Amino acid sequence: MLDLSRIFGRKNNSKDAAKDRLKLVLVHDRANVSPEFLQKIKDEIMQVLAKYMDVSDGGLDINLTTATGEDGKSRVPAITANIPIKSIKQK
Amino acid sequence: MSQVIVVTSGKGGVGKTTTTANLGVGLSKLGKKVVLIDTDIGLRNLDVVLGLENRIVYDLVDVVTGVCTPKQAAIKDKRFDGLFLIPAAQTKDKDSVTIEQMQDLCEKLKEDYDFIIIDCPAGIEQGFKNAIAGADKALIVTTPEVSAVRDADRIIGLLEANEIEEHYLIINRIRPDMVRRGDMMNVDDIIDILNIDLIGIVPDDQDIIISTNKGEPAVVNPKSLAGQGYRNITERLNGNNVPLMDLEGNTFLGKLKKLFTKKQ
Repeated sequence: MLDLSRIFGRKNNSKDAAKDRLKLVLVHDRANVSPEFLQKIKDEIMQVLAKYMDVSDGGLDINLTTATGEDGKSRVPAITANIPIKSIKQK
Repeated sequence: MSQVIVVTSGKGGVGKTTTTANLGVGLSKLGKKVVLIDTDIGLRNLDVVLGLENRIVYDLVDVVTGVCTPKQAAIKDKRFDGLFLIPAAQTKDKDSVTIEQMQDLCEKLKEDYDFIIIDCPAGIEQGFKNAIAGADKALIVTTPEVSAVRDADRIIGLLEANEIEEHYLIINRIRPDMVRRGDMMNVDDIIDILNIDLIGIVPDDQDIIISTNKGEPAVVNPKSLAGQGYRNITERLNGNNVPLMDLEGNTFLGKLKKLFTKKQ
């Protein structure tokens, strides 16, 4: 189906930025997660990982974002972690 | 059945007082007996928006502390039959009223009025807690801006925590031209983010400033677009299902777009 709103409307307009930023900030507001709390989670994840592999502290990136919920529609909070591994410890 | 409705927003300056005044006048025009309560103690404003600033004798603190009866404090608006205002105290602080006092007052007012509409102060402190204490339902006013929508979300959370389950959103100051350009969040965007029922939209309208200058709410101006938005909300509060205002329909492009975009 031809969607004229896509032709007439420009992409990347400022309301999309507003929506995206709002969604992210509301995840944090609703989850009521403080930076200290998130830091604590980061530290403990690192402790567990350090038992099995050599990971770099600097490249660590753990964030609260949203994911699609089980019903396939609603947005739910999610933790995403991006942790570069230097080497894996072999037993 | 009387309704106690609190008008709240979290963020300041989004139009709580203007909304309270317009809904009060609109409901009185529908033949209802309405009392408006300004709970913004120390920053009284509903009186000037309504043009009743010269008629204040008693205020909200006088009522709850028993200096006068609710009837004595309620200023009768001579222009609109059935409309009354209990103004905020200007020289006292927000702790002059307690949650229990507000609950008692709302219960008492239910005996005499069809609608009790409470204008809530900005913020989430004592003034907010007092304003929502006696309310059965809440109208959350927001504007299509990130800061206002964020605060509205916080307020919805607090209302739910305080067991005010019945709450509706009013989106104020919509600019159809900016929405069309994609430079302002539209009604669906905001509903999608806040996940709450909408009770009405109010377009941005110079008439609001002009009517506030005069102390005559825009809801009685048949030419005002914002007035139309407020009239629709009063109808819905009164139980009549009126369609949402069509902001796109007035333009050629809007009509064209409506022809081609399918309803999802």
